[in-house]
Amino acid sequence: MPDLIALFGGVYNNYLSLKATLDDARRRGAHEIYCLGDMGGFGPHPDRVFPLLRDAKDLFVMQGNYDHSIGHRLDDCACGYTDPRDNHFAQVSYDYTLAHTADEHKDWLRDLPTHFRRQWRGRDVLLAHGSPRRVNEFLWESTCSDAFLAHLLDAHGADLLFVTHTGIPWHRRLPDGRQVINVGAIGRPANDGRTSVDYALVDLSGDEPSVTFCPVSYDHHRLANEMREEGLPEEFAETILTGWWTTCLEILPAKERHRGRY
Amino acid sequence: MTAIEPVHTPPTLDLQHLDTLWLQVTGTLCNLACLHCFISCGPKNDSHEFMELSQVQEAINDAVAQGVKEFYFTGGEPFMHPEIREMIDAALAHGPLTILTNGILIDDDLARWLADRFHQSRYSLDLRVSLDGTTPAENDVIRGRNTFEKILAGVDRLVAAGLNPVITVTTCHAELGGAEGRARFFDLLQSRGMDKPRLKFLSPFKIGREERRHGGDGGYQPYELLRESDLDDDARDALQCSSCRMVTSKGSYPCPILIEVEDARMGDTLDDALKPIELNHPACYTCFVEGVTCRT
Ligand code: SF4
Ligand code: SF4
Ligand SMILES: [Fe+2]
Repeated sequence: MPDLIALFGGVYNNYLSLKATLDDARRRGAHEIYCLGDMGGFGPHPDRVFPLLRDAKDLFVMQGNYDHSIGHRLDDCACGYTDPRDNHFAQVSYDYTLAHTADEHKDWLRDLPTHFRRQWRGRDVLLAHGSPRRVNEFLWESTCSDAFLAHLLDAHGADLLFVTHTGIPWHRRLPDGRQVINVGAIGRPANDGRTSVDYALVDLSGDEPSVTFCPVSYDHHRLANEMREEGLPEEFAETILTGWWTTCLEILPAKERHRGRY
Repeated sequence: MTAIEPVHTPPTLDLQHLDTLWLQVTGTLCNLACLHCFISCGPKNDSHEFMELSQVQEAINDAVAQGVKEFYFTGGEPFMHPEIREMIDAALAHGPLTILTNGILIDDDLARWLADRFHQSRYSLDLRVSLDGTTPAENDVIRGRNTFEKILAGVDRLVAAGLNPVITVTTCHAELGGAEGRARFFDLLQSRGMDKPRLKFLSPFKIGREERRHGGDGGYQPYELLRESDLDDDARDALQCSSCRMVTSKGSYPCPILIEVEDARMGDTLDDALKPIELNHPACYTCFVEGVTCRT
């Protein structure tokens, strides 16, 4: 059983931050690395993430809602937005990603597992994309009561739950010691004015699993330039360059919205 | 309300999980009497009365035992309740809270108190203020004389205190739901100093006063009833009543929409309402066809 495990989600075509994340996790000695899904969306050149994700022995990759949609060649990302403004920009990235992902990679996405279950030092661990009960459920820090998280853990038999899908990382330790971690996204900054992105590193050497978020810097100027060259919306490039979300804002709960610039 | 004879077996729907607890803290009592109010609230409608603080606390405790995710307060007008602040604190101790209000009773002191709770609480406290037009003429014909300015004055106070309420628009004027209507609301809110305007558009329910507003013809047609075959798993998941219940001073109900429907009452307490429901009401048809949810 390895002591250090890395987890990330939300690649969003950002092959530069993906490379930086994998390098950082391996350099720190992570023996297993988990990707919780959503390879596509937002960024440029969708096919560039696959060589990094496929066939790496230390890497376990899960399907997110985006991967399910791209893999099955569906019409939209099924992210679960409800506002027309959110949906407009989501559709722009989806159409671009669908058109620029090779068939072979689409098939690979289609066949990925949707959950991982593990036993880490006697603890039942569950890895899911949105939530264990719905792939596109948004688990935000400010809108998940302790009671609800305890219910999810009970209903799915887990002591430790990792999710992604929202793009903003958080960590909750319940009074009974069980933990829920949203690992955030590495493809887009977390709406906090930093251009770096985060992944989660779990240390199993102590009495209980300890979780830290590791910030990762990458060449975000290069990514923004490539997004512009590909004709992606300027709003997306701005987010990469400033660390503030400019789109998909309406889905944010009051607290998370308040923290952002827009 | 027109009774429609059921000519078919209505679908039943399980409560998959109690995600959302609705509390009708001020019953059907409201300082307004909007024409489209689907539960006909008003200053004189006491068919559901104010809840006691102890009733609210009990429902919250029951819901927490079920693993509830979030709370919603509605009425009537929640801020008419003399113990509304205690109720807000009771909810925020356990989970995120959204309050549906017409905004009129929000004075500077209350706005500052709400802003303080917004910042102190680990869970989101969100406010949803109803407004039904971008001009006094458009709004006041539905919500009452001078309400446009009064509502926006409440919104101004919230904004001044640093809060960012969701403005909820019931699309009685159909054109307001389109892109141009949305843009007009956006401009209006920005002109009031909201730099991140948040908007939610709801279709009207053709029950309560909204039914009578159309001279008796505004209600549902007999074919507008749900059948078991209409509902696949996705449609079931999409109905809010697969994951919510409503508690009022009178007892428990499937959802916020049916509290004035006599046979919709499920029991005295939340625990009585954890069983499946029958989707036998015409309003269920709007939920299904329009994908309506009262949640933000
Ligand atoms: S729509 Fe809202 S503000 Fe208007 S009467 Fe009904 S409860 Fe009161
Ligand atoms: S009116 Fe809508 S929310 Fe209420 S029981 Fe019917 S379908 Fe469910
Ligand atoms: Fe996702």
